[in-house]
Amino acid sequence: MPKFEYAPAPESRSIVGIRESYGLFIDGKFTDTVDGRAFKTISPATEEVLAEVTEAGPEDVDRAVKAARKAYEPWSALAPAQRSKYLFRIARIIQERARELAVLESLDNGKPIRESRDVDIPLVAAHFFYYAGWADKLEHAGFGPAPKPLGVAGQVIPWNFPLLMLAWKIAPALACGNTVVLKPAETTPLTALAFAEICQQADLPPGVVNIVTGAGDTGRALVEHPGIDKVAFTGSTEVGKQIARSCAASGRKNTLELGGKAANIVFDDAAIDQAVEGIVNGIFFNQGHVCCAGSRLLVQESVYDEVLTSLKRRLGSLRLGDPLDKNTDVGAINSAAQLAKIRELSDIGEAEGAERWSPPCELPAHGFWFPPTIFTGVSQAHRIAREEIFGPVLSVLTFRTPAEAIEKANNTPYGLSAGVWTEKGSLILRMAAQLRAGVVWANTFNRFDPASPFGGYKESGYGREGGRHGLEAYLDV
Amino acid sequence: MSDPSTRVQVRKTYKLYIGGAFPRSESGRSYVVTDHKERFAANAALASRKDARDAVTAARKAFPGWSGATAYNRGQVLYRVAELMEGRRAQFVAEVRAAEGLSAAKAEAAVDAAIDRWVWYAGWSDKIAQVRGSSNPVAGPYFNFSLPEPTGVVAVLAPAESSLLGFVAVVAPAIVSGSTVVVLASEPHPLPAVTLSEVLATSDVPGGVVNVLTGRVAEVAPWLASHMDVNAIDLTGADDALRVELAIAATDNLKRVFRPHTPDDWTATPPLNRMLAYLETKTVWHPAAT
Amino acid sequence: MPRVCAAQGIQPVTVTATTDLRGFLHGLPGVDRVGAEGRAAMLASRSIKTTAKQWALDMAISMIDLTTLEGQDTPGKVRALCAKARHPDPADLTAPHVAAVCVYPDLAHIAASELKGSGIHVASVATAFPSGRTSLDVKLADVRYAISSGADEVDMVIDRGAFLAGDYAKVHDEIVAVKEACGETHLKVILETGELLTYDNVRRASWLAMLAGADFIKTSTGKVTPAATLPVTMIMLEAVRDYRDAHGRQVGVKPAGGIRTAKDAIRYLVLVNETAGDDWLDPDWFRLGASSLLNDLLMQRTKMATGHYSGPDYFTLD
Repeated sequence: MPKFEYAPAPESRSIVGIRESYGLFIDGKFTDTVDGRAFKTISPATEEVLAEVTEAGPEDVDRAVKAARKAYEPWSALAPAQRSKYLFRIARIIQERARELAVLESLDNGKPIRESRDVDIPLVAAHFFYYAGWADKLEHAGFGPAPKPLGVAGQVIPWNFPLLMLAWKIAPALACGNTVVLKPAETTPLTALAFAEICQQADLPPGVVNIVTGAGDTGRALVEHPGIDKVAFTGSTEVGKQIARSCAASGRKNTLELGGKAANIVFDDAAIDQAVEGIVNGIFFNQGHVCCAGSRLLVQESVYDEVLTSLKRRLGSLRLGDPLDKNTDVGAINSAAQLAKIRELSDIGEAEGAERWSPPCELPAHGFWFPPTIFTGVSQAHRIAREEIFGPVLSVLTFRTPAEAIEKANNTPYGLSAGVWTEKGSLILRMAAQLRAGVVWANTFNRFDPASPFGGYKESGYGREGGRHGLEAYLDV
Repeated sequence: MSDPSTRVQVRKTYKLYIGGAFPRSESGRSYVVTDHKERFAANAALASRKDARDAVTAARKAFPGWSGATAYNRGQVLYRVAELMEGRRAQFVAEVRAAEGLSAAKAEAAVDAAIDRWVWYAGWSDKIAQVRGSSNPVAGPYFNFSLPEPTGVVAVLAPAESSLLGFVAVVAPAIVSGSTVVVLASEPHPLPAVTLSEVLATSDVPGGVVNVLTGRVAEVAPWLASHMDVNAIDLTGADDALRVELAIAATDNLKRVFRPHTPDDWTATPPLNRMLAYLETKTVWHPAAT
Repeated sequence: MPRVCAAQGIQPVTVTATTDLRGFLHGLPGVDRVGAEGRAAMLASRSIKTTAKQWALDMAISMIDLTTLEGQDTPGKVRALCAKARHPDPADLTAPHVAAVCVYPDLAHIAASELKGSGIHVASVATAFPSGRTSLDVKLADVRYAISSGADEVDMVIDRGAFLAGDYAKVHDEIVAVKEACGETHLKVILETGELLTYDNVRRASWLAMLAGADFIKTSTGKVTPAATLPVTMIMLEAVRDYRDAHGRQVGVKPAGGIRTAKDAIRYLVLVNETAGDDWLDPDWFRLGASSLLNDLLMQRTKMATGHYSGPDYFTLD
């Protein structure tokens, strides 16, 4: 029994008003479905039903695209300085409603309130602020003197950072003068629907933003709709390839942000305590539901014992439990389906001969939970070293030299991110130059900023979100 | 005979804005400001060389904090200034009309443009480095990058005409990247600038980031131009003859001098030059090798 | 004279010169400032409520080294402080007493006599506190004076000038000499982290002090800003944890100066809990050097008991 037991410190749910049921947000209003049906969204921590949401049918999607098309002319013709002010308003309202949005996100997604409060929601507001400022400065963005928008963008986002992924898609699209139809993930629709309310509060012209909730079929109907000019997708590599195929057939512009199996490389001259924090942050932040997660630890053999001892000790202080408890570090797995996938791959890891370890962890009786898990004795040939698990599971491999670390890090069809831990500057820069990854974190991990371009090499997708580079996806260049 | 119950207005005292506070001139002097019909409008503080010196000290003191803030934070603060200006829109419109004799429509347009100009500059804070900086592909195993950095304390002579929009158009670009400012407001029409100081004082702009002096350009400007702890100077508000004198005085410490060659159209979206004028470029080399 | 030290997981090595000490200390893993401060900030966001807060408030009170180190200190002042130490809250005798009273050596005898039989330690600063800028002989005489006056704990300062000039042997040897003069008396070594400035220096100075025999490592004299901070204390807690793993000897940690509110104090306890662990959550192994902190802890304690906010009039000034 530890001396210092933290008592429950629950964040109150009373700040959030969840409706019993939600329609679709089309042309500035919430509207009933014409050819869809209802489905439920639950809290993955307790399995309680949070609300009834609409699965949009093909006609609903068509209505939404038409609304976006109708709104496109006046929106793109609006003086850019005036367009920017709508985005500034949205950013401000997000800040005003920050606490409410954080609680809602944690309820619907399962991630700890500390993360939605301190990471997700502040970044959401920041993305809108950043891109608001680009709306009237596009001639300085390096895409020519008068770059034009593309038209109507169809956007499909995942469940791991629901509102943040929405911000990454909508903010640059609107700033460049496009209008959007966005489909949030089926397990996490609620903050997107709250965002629809925020659009109304900001008096955003109707039709500029449309939210159609639903699952795979709705997403397919959207990305294949002939009325859209641009597809943006974040999700699994498997679905991303399907979308790429369909866009290849139609010639439609698309950007994809897909999976990863990032190597987090720790050298013997690393600042060990901070490297351990970085490893933990890299794979256990957001329950490992992170495309750029540092899911492969590559540790230099000479410091293997030291790092693993320190890491295991550190995992002992991770707190798993109620996402709304302010002291929770590790929340719920987002869905039963995802939990099954994580379990399956972990069992495969054991079967392949890797050694499995978790700190002692009490899992709540209801909801979807998986303890932070480390596999040691992993080699490149193991499936758990190659396949994205998308859960709190770390595969540990070793290396002897920087060249070997590069080889192993790059030996994957993915290429989203990588981590490098060393106190030596020249080594960092050389590693960064050689790693085939769209984001390299040196002596840190999982850091995001609207000014910083994010995206992958190889099968982790193409296109960049964030920064000046992030405008390209939404301009006719 | 006027109605005995007619309300008597409480008229504002127009002071300097230095280091986040509103002092009178240390010289105790003031000068008469008239409206566009030559009627008495107010006694504005008549800044002395010592006020200018104190303002430079305040600006220097505020520089590490302001330049050390994140670009995001500076952008937020500038946007907040715009929010508070919008709240005082009617007050600004009245002051600009009285000062410059503009029609209601033109005064509103000028005030709206001033507010929108703050918003435009607010959005530059976290982008100018991406437009102005670069990674440089040198021939060798080095990582080489160039970063824009704020120059330090900037002295600004605001335009004589365009009492609010012109003032905003010369001040905002100087602070957006982290430099701090001592600005001498329009000599004939200083009052809107002083009201703007009240907005700055209540909008999260740290004290000393913007310091506003009112008074005689010919008296105060030379002290700013020759001050060895001022890093740059904007000569906009000086006439041609004075500009030459000031530009020469500025060479003692090689100040960066911004000297507009054509008259400014304050209503047009500006080029980047007023921001770039106050940015130094730092280039860093580092080997990249295992 | 050979000094023995060991890095983690490596066989003990005999070092005989400042260059060897330098090799060892500079071979310790570095500290990344941004990462360390990020971790400390995350720990500071822990929410400690209800029963956890009650426990933490009482533990914090029992860890305080109630301090007065002013040129204007008098016997009267020290007597009042000692009375407060014994009974922090006259309105609530269930409040625990503090761990120690900390004074200058010439007033240690007053504290010793006032605290006799209370279980509260008498800590005296020594070695020309706070600057430490005098000869070793004078410093040792200062230590002996403090002990003969009744101090059972000595808080010494390291020679920061020598440390920053790289003369690690000098710093080391002084601590060894002071420890020898202390005999059984408990020695706290003040690093003055506000003058060491980098976290790498704090880590190195922590190890240096422990290798030389410190019983406690302490952040600050309280006369220099910054004094104690959460990240600095975290680095020192990591050091004592790693040192015990390597050598089997437990050393205590004392942040001092700038800890004013109950909220601060609770943050320090969270830090101990999640860095060094249970074994250090004890007044024998963790102290808080503070003075005004005590009343804020008492105010919070009262608020938890009564349910409403209290005011300064209800707590004694010593």
